[in-house]
Amino acid sequence: MYPGMLENRAAIETPEGVELLLTPAGPGARILAYLIDGLIRLTIFSVLSLVLAFFGLVGKGLYFLFFFLLEWFYPVFFEVFRRGATPGKKAMRLRVLYDNGTPVTFSGSMVRNLLRTVDFLPFFYSLGLVCMLGNRAFKRVGDLAAGTWVVYDFEKPAPPAFQVEGSEVLPYPLDLDEQRALIGFAERSGTLSTERQAELANLLTPLTQLKDEAAVSYLKRVANGLTGRHQASLAGKR
Amino acid sequence: MKQEQFELLYRDRWQRFEGLLSQLERGSAKAVAGELADFPGLYRQVCQFLALAQERCYSAHLIDELNDLVLRGHHQLYVRQTGFWSGWGRFVARDFPRLVRQEQAFIWTAFGLMYLPALLFFIVLQLAPHLIYSFMDPAQVMSFESMYDPGSEHIGRDRESDSDFMMFGYYIYNNISVAFRCFAGGLVLMLGSIISLVVNGLLLGGVAGHLTNLGYPQTLFSFVIGHGAFELTAIGIAGGAGLKLGYSLMVPGQLTRLASLKAAAATGIRLMYGVILMLLMAAFIEAFWSSNGSLAPAVKYGVGALLWSLVLFYLGFSGRSPSSGQRPDA
Repeated sequence: MYPGMLENRAAIETPEGVELLLTPAGPGARILAYLIDGLIRLTIFSVLSLVLAFFGLVGKGLYFLFFFLLEWFYPVFFEVFRRGATPGKKAMRLRVLYDNGTPVTFSGSMVRNLLRTVDFLPFFYSLGLVCMLGNRAFKRVGDLAAGTWVVYDFEKPAPPAFQVEGSEVLPYPLDLDEQRALIGFAERSGTLSTERQAELANLLTPLTQLKDEAAVSYLKRVANGLTGRHQASLAGKR
Repeated sequence: MKQEQFELLYRDRWQRFEGLLSQLERGSAKAVAGELADFPGLYRQVCQFLALAQERCYSAHLIDELNDLVLRGHHQLYVRQTGFWSGWGRFVARDFPRLVRQEQAFIWTAFGLMYLPALLFFIVLQLAPHLIYSFMDPAQVMSFESMYDPGSEHIGRDRESDSDFMMFGYYIYNNISVAFRCFAGGLVLMLGSIISLVVNGLLLGGVAGHLTNLGYPQTLFSFVIGHGAFELTAIGIAGGAGLKLGYSLMVPGQLTRLASLKAAAATGIRLMYGVILMLLMAAFIEAFWSSNGSLAPAVKYGVGALLWSLVLFYLGFSGRSPSSGQRPDA
């Protein structure tokens, strides 16, 4: 399910035999999402209490009802009716899915949210955090029981963020990991010193027959070719 | 085939698919009603394009684009139609009572864990009335005494001013939260459910025993009997569901612990749906009927007995198939 040691993208096989790549979200993003949701809930709650204060005892009854709904059903509502994401999760670009990659339903959402109580134990989500760090999909106890996980919402892949003059087309095809490694090299070259870039590029000298400066610029041009930007210009010429 | 050729040949197909997708994602299924029948076919084609692109080592940007389309298509195609509202009628009439009977071992255990301490504490208090103070502090005891004072107009409340509707809201908030925690806590070696059930039992037995000593039993029992049919039974079922969670982890049988937990949670959450409905019912009765001090106790006992037999009959017999008792698939 998990291709590499460092790579935590998980591949889900669909009934059509195609693998979907999903990235489980770690504690950091999820804690931030939780805090954003907390703020939103607090705001809703304060506004409601202010308004309901004008309605006497009926207002007090409604206050308890709303408090109950906000406490237990706020996440469930959004996860079921708003594409598996509470506002906080949406802000962090996360969403809840079943293990098999399908959208979460009412039952799954109820299980994972009722069992928050257990994740909270013994204080502020300690058990949930320990449990998340104990498995590769970052599932807390509620997720384990419900068969759900929180993944980064898929979005249209961003165009590669580097500018290189010229492009090379390799005479042989590279597989996806190799392509990603080269594109990653070009994208990160801005944060690497020239010496380090040369050092990395020299690893490929046996293949490229180039060294130092020449090797670096050659690899970048190959990466540029791999991004498909040259193809757009080719297609334009045709 | 070169990637450029591939893209030239097929790009319009996945662009059409993307057009359909964005319409569907905006929730405007009607706008594309005519083309909807093509969706599964297009989806399978895009899946095939992705597989080909991966196999032929086409460039990463193309694979990412197709992967994105497949993911989004997958989500449109494989939405589970839950029938959120339509399923409830069948659930109430048939599935919930069947589920309760199916899991009755856990639920009877939960009732035992609640009612035995209650009974014991009640008896102990008849022999040694002061022991109530070892369980509750005096302020709490005082508040219970005033709540069930036969002279009060509204029974079961601290302050006379509290309105029926306010208490309705409070009962929903408090009781359903208690039930949720009672369920979830069971995951921890069943401890959360056991503690919750025993404490509730002791509270019940303690208050009943103490007020009997004071000579107020009439007010308490006539208050509790009506909504108790739903409330006490629901808390017992929630506790049973919690016990099942913990038990599934400790004794997974032929399954892995994870699979066993998932199965128990799926059953447990369905029990909890029933518990929520029962507690809503209980909150309604408690706020608008039980607390009415102007009704004669005899009427309350009569209605209470009726409600108890209703609940027991419902859980015991509703949803049985007419021929040979329970169907094996229930």
